[in-house]
Amino acid sequence: MTNVAVIDGQQPSLQTHAHDAIAAGTAHAKGQQHPIKLYLVVWGWLFVLSTCSYLVDYFGLHGYLRWSLILLFMVLKAGLIVAVFMHMAWERLALAYAILLPPVLVLVFVAIMVFESEYTHLIRVLFFASPT
Amino acid sequence: MAETALTTPGESPARAAGWQGIAADWSSDQRAFKNVSWGKAMMWIFLLSDTFIFSCFLLSYMTARMSTTVPWPNPSEVFALSIGGKHIPLILIAIMTFILISSSGTMAMAVNFGYRRDRVKTAILMLVTAAFGATFVGMQAFEWTKLIMEGVRPWENPWGAAQFGSSFFMITGFHGTHVTIGVIFLIAIARKVWRGDFDVERRGFFTSRKGYYEIVEIMGLYWHFVDLVWVFIFAFFYLW
Repeated sequence: MTNVAVIDGQQPSLQTHAHDAIAAGTAHAKGQQHPIKLYLVVWGWLFVLSTCSYLVDYFGLHGYLRWSLILLFMVLKAGLIVAVFMHMAWERLALAYAILLPPVLVLVFVAIMVFESEYTHLIRVLFFASPT
Repeated sequence: MAETALTTPGESPARAAGWQGIAADWSSDQRAFKNVSWGKAMMWIFLLSDTFIFSCFLLSYMTARMSTTVPWPNPSEVFALSIGGKHIPLILIAIMTFILISSSGTMAMAVNFGYRRDRVKTAILMLVTAAFGATFVGMQAFEWTKLIMEGVRPWENPWGAAQFGSSFFMITGFHGTHVTIGVIFLIAIARKVWRGDFDVERRGFFTSRKGYYEIVEIMGLYWHFVDLVWVFIFAFFYLW
């Protein structure tokens, strides 16, 4: 370990070159050159989707229609940002799954807390809410 | 600290795709993320941990809102503004959303020009991104001021459930902090790009290591994440 450090510190060896090449992601840089048009198109779509989700509120939609539309536009926007702007679409699956799967598992936590808050709500209604 | 020397035996063989690729990458007894540098992998892992933090905030907000028996204030009216005598619901938040999305667009283009080694365009686009970010924070400060003047506190508000204030200040405050840090980060990297540090491979002041244009992409990952979090806050807190 120290050996490597000494070599690295004193003269630019083959190892430093190899390291620098890896750090620079030389193999990777090639994959990240997309036409500017792609970003502009995605940008445009994000504007359209944001306008749509704003209009959901503007027209005062309610109930399941409102919630499903909000979730739909949210997921589409998040997908575009992660896939194109953050280049996840061009990464290897080993990285994509390592990063994208854990947040999906948060849905289990959501389910647990939905049960929990339904229960709390019920107890509050039964015992604390002022009789009307 | 010793830098780990990674040996690459010439041209690496073609890597398997699909599920076999995942198994091969993870079980290769080397590094799992094959063509991603450590800087980028660690930024992704940091963002993953940050995702959990924001998930916890939004979950606690959901729990508070679902379990209270007091009506929740209507965000559509709370965040409405009167512009030119017209009462427009949620308009400030909509403008903030568009500003943040635009900043993400300029950031994505900055990354692209960075990899093309176009120093000036990269720096300018990063500074435009930082300006959008600063505008966003400014509008958030305006929004906070307006709500505080109207009597919103973490423990009470004039319209309904008391948890509205605490959820609002916690979630938007933490997000605004992220944007602020992002703006500082952007300006610092833009300065380096402008100076040509990554063209002459000048060594960093603190790290004494060479910088590469990849830092623009890593920085971009953070910035897009801030935008991503806003997408969820916008949907769950403001629109729901």
